[in-house]
Amino acid sequence: MSKKTDQTEALAKNYDSFARRHIGISEEISLKMLDDLGFNSMDNFIQSIVPESIYSNKDLKIDDGLSEEAALRHIKRISKENRLFKSYIGQGFYNSITPPSIQKNVFENPSWYTSYTPYQPEIAQGRLEALINYQTMVADLTGMEIANASLLDEPTAAAEAMTLAKRLSKSKSDVFLVDENCFSQTLHIIETRAKPLDIQIKVLAPKNMLDQECFGAFLQYPDTNGVINNYSYLVDGLHKKKALAVFATDLLALTLITPPGDYDADIVIGSSQRFGIPLGFGGPHAAFIATKESYKRSLPGRIVGASIDVHGKTAYRLALQTREQHIRREKATSNICTSQALLAIMAGFYAVYHGPEGLKSIALRVHKYAVTLKVMLEKNGIEIHSSSFFDTLVIHSGDKTKDFIKRAKIKKINLRIIDETSLGISMDESVSFEDLKEIIEIFCEENELIAPNETLSCISKDVRRTSDYLTHSIFNSYYSETELMRYIKKLCNKDIALNTSMIPLGSCTMKLNSASEMEPISWPEFSAIHPLAPTNQIQGYLKLINELEQMLEVITGYSVISLQPNAGSQGEYAGLLAIDAYHKQNGDNQRNICLIPRSAHGTNPASAQMVGFKVVPIECNKEGNISIKDLKEKIKLHKENLSAIMITYPSTHGVFESTVIEVCNIVHAAGGLVYIDGANLNAMVGICYPGAFGGDVSHLNLHKTFCIPHGGGGPGIGPIGVVDKLKSFIPGFHGNPNNNVGPVSGSNYGSASILPISWMYIKMMGSKGLKKATEIAILNANYVAHRLGDHYKILYKGQNGLVAHECIVDVRPFKDSANIEVEDIAKRLIDYGFHAPTMSWPVAGTLMIEPTESESKDEIDRFCDAMINIKKEIQDIENGDLDITDNMLKNAPHTAEEVSKDEWDHSYTRSRAAYPLEILKEKKFWPPIGRVNNVYGDKNLMCSCPSMEEF
Amino acid sequence: MNEIPGDLRFKKSHEWVRVEADGSVTIGISDHAQDLLGDIVFVELPEIGTQMSAEDEVAIVESVKAASDVYSPISGEIIEVNEVLLDNPEIINESPYHEGWFYKLQPSDSEEIDELLSPEQYGDICEE
Repeated sequence: MSKKTDQTEALAKNYDSFARRHIGISEEISLKMLDDLGFNSMDNFIQSIVPESIYSNKDLKIDDGLSEEAALRHIKRISKENRLFKSYIGQGFYNSITPPSIQKNVFENPSWYTSYTPYQPEIAQGRLEALINYQTMVADLTGMEIANASLLDEPTAAAEAMTLAKRLSKSKSDVFLVDENCFSQTLHIIETRAKPLDIQIKVLAPKNMLDQECFGAFLQYPDTNGVINNYSYLVDGLHKKKALAVFATDLLALTLITPPGDYDADIVIGSSQRFGIPLGFGGPHAAFIATKESYKRSLPGRIVGASIDVHGKTAYRLALQTREQHIRREKATSNICTSQALLAIMAGFYAVYHGPEGLKSIALRVHKYAVTLKVMLEKNGIEIHSSSFFDTLVIHSGDKTKDFIKRAKIKKINLRIIDETSLGISMDESVSFEDLKEIIEIFCEENELIAPNETLSCISKDVRRTSDYLTHSIFNSYYSETELMRYIKKLCNKDIALNTSMIPLGSCTMKLNSASEMEPISWPEFSAIHPLAPTNQIQGYLKLINELEQMLEVITGYSVISLQPNAGSQGEYAGLLAIDAYHKQNGDNQRNICLIPRSAHGTNPASAQMVGFKVVPIECNKEGNISIKDLKEKIKLHKENLSAIMITYPSTHGVFESTVIEVCNIVHAAGGLVYIDGANLNAMVGICYPGAFGGDVSHLNLHKTFCIPHGGGGPGIGPIGVVDKLKSFIPGFHGNPNNNVGPVSGSNYGSASILPISWMYIKMMGSKGLKKATEIAILNANYVAHRLGDHYKILYKGQNGLVAHECIVDVRPFKDSANIEVEDIAKRLIDYGFHAPTMSWPVAGTLMIEPTESESKDEIDRFCDAMINIKKEIQDIENGDLDITDNMLKNAPHTAEEVSKDEWDHSYTRSRAAYPLEILKEKKFWPPIGRVNNVYGDKNLMCSCPSMEEF
Repeated sequence: MNEIPGDLRFKKSHEWVRVEADGSVTIGISDHAQDLLGDIVFVELPEIGTQMSAEDEVAIVESVKAASDVYSPISGEIIEVNEVLLDNPEIINESPYHEGWFYKLQPSDSEEIDELLSPEQYGDICEE
């Protein structure tokens, strides 16, 4: 082999390298940027930022990066180790058909999956409308007044409903009654959540519930065995006791059965998975929660509401945000931040596409097949334990049970094995007439399938639905694919996503979600697996999970990783439960104080409250770092009771605090444990290890550091890593009697079906690529701080005047000098085609910018140019060249409609409004609405699609 | 500069107290507090007849950007609440010391009133 060929191969390898596609800055440009910052090498630069005490120059023990093609080949092989059976197990997870038009136009479309949570409504009207469609659908089908924009999964929604009932009920009881026929995973999560809050769980049959004192009761409707009971008497009885009635239900069944709202239910939850979302080995799926209008302020999670913009036009926005953790901290209604936006949006489009008639016809077919199955089996002498049901039958299989299971296996069919003498089977949308014959063949030798009787119904008359649903025109207009495609495109056009421009949100890490990372999650070998499938069918998943866990252990320096928590908030909860369980095992039952710096994300105190901790805030010094003095004082005050400190590293202020080891040591010396919030892990990968420099537990946000797309507000994944001594306190598996800590998520591996994204990222980046990503993310942030530093004050800096992977720009002085507030700048950036940086967090009145490694220098410069030009506009106001009330910032953003109107009565020109920089003439984003009126929206809350007259 | 009437007493947490001729007290939040909160969109008031201790959370006030608990400055029984606020919370922004009062209370310990901040002391706190 000649040397020349070697070189050609090396070149080709470099060209194939994924890191080169993921990272927006070439080697050459990075050297130039370093030079601008006064450094001659990347190593010098990084070592000037990261404290020596934690810096590690060891290579990550991760293989070299694979090319996209090679990684896809590798994961394809793994996927083939999953065995595709047809699962009729049910239990909250059903086969569903994702309409290909939704698969292509939404699920596989970066306009939807790369967008951020719609906190800036003017550039998010598309996804906000899609989410309000979802809310309207849930409210209509459940018969309730108001629904939120989704929760993480059905079991955690049940737990949220329990705590909601506790907050609302006027009963003094601390007992929550749970239907003995609820899904088992739901019961496990309710038990985990109830324990630290001192809520007593009593599991019993609904008919015995009225004999008990309680603040609320949880009913599964239809229940785990498919039975549909009329609960109107029960709800009445509960209300007489001042208790709330919580229903878990099934949206497809609700097209045929009495909605819980008709029973006067107080809270209704469930999963929208069967509305076009794949099984995905248990998640992600959008759960829903709906309640009465009067309870809206206590509802957890995000709520989309309709308001008006400055021109009086209907405008959607996130409503009642003061309920949420980012404002209410430990007093929030829940610690939840992420929802399952992308999945909720898909489920909403599923309802838009099928409409009320289409959904009903799907439900009728599902029911008809279930009825046919019952008739056929009974005809063959098999006893069915179901009289009033929708889709699920319990079959008394007696001594033939094993035989039936064996025959099902030969046909590659999974049934629900209830016990030694009974089997369960749930019908779904995907079941064809052929499938039905196959199922019947399992049970009957003779196979003469009678034609299903069109009129026969096994839903008792007293539980049949009589009310209308989905009557709004949105659900009655888009049945043709052409119309649906254009409707989806119309909504996309209203939004900024990563396929529009850089999204510089500090703390959110809007990096590339590459196409090759996304590809495997659409494969049936990953998407069509039931979470309760037998182990021999899920070997591919287990292998992938195991490899991902190992890689994350290496990256974080922790001994064990649990991938179960399906959001960062849930990771925090799981991590704190582990800490609490550890102390209790050591007999330290009194340790319940959780120290949290003032600069922490609001989820930290909200999570601490949920595990029964008392939050004690720690002050920050004027550099924005943890005050060691205050930390020592607080520890002195609470030494005996100290449980943990929760810190974020690098800090939420975007700084590598040099005292981090000292902080960890002080807490450890007092017997406390250190929780390191991994929200900013992307600044540490390959250069320092939280599990090695003092952390006992961390959660990681796979949707930040490891490329899971934000999906307009979810899905996220929040695995935790723990040190060795905590390894037996990670979240337990469902149904495992040896759990020290119960499960925290509805499925053992949380949002399993999107784990391939992070696996692909790590495999393709490899050891060097991962480290490079960290370095470039830090370089880009410092480049931004450097360029903007001449025009704005950079609020906090670390050692050598450098920031970590993000920086805070202080715009508070402009309030006095030009009457300009942070919101004015954020909205003005829209006129320049950008999503605003993080606004007023972690410091009110500031902007936090995080460019990530994926942006090119050109794009970063374009953003900086916009910021610098805005500063000039502010100066014009300060100098009196622009009017203090009528200027481009106060009136931002400007819509096309406004700028092209015949009348123009502003003190500045149209071109200054819309084209403040020449480059915008080539690429212009027009916001669909002007600035949203938040006050109007919160005073006149409206969380369903507005009627046409209101437009 | 926000208004601080001279005939009221204050808490550090921005509640004001006015002693009425009949010995009852009226309680609300200060001009400074409403200014910090911004446009108020929601108020939750206590139930009449509730016994409050000083420092108890008695009400909630929310704007679009913040939610705050209101703490009862003194102990006693709630005898009246300003129900007008429930539908028109913006009154608190417009008239924090008059139409925007929150509730009236029959004090159980009148000495607590003497321990509250004077307008001057409260003014100093707002300056900080």
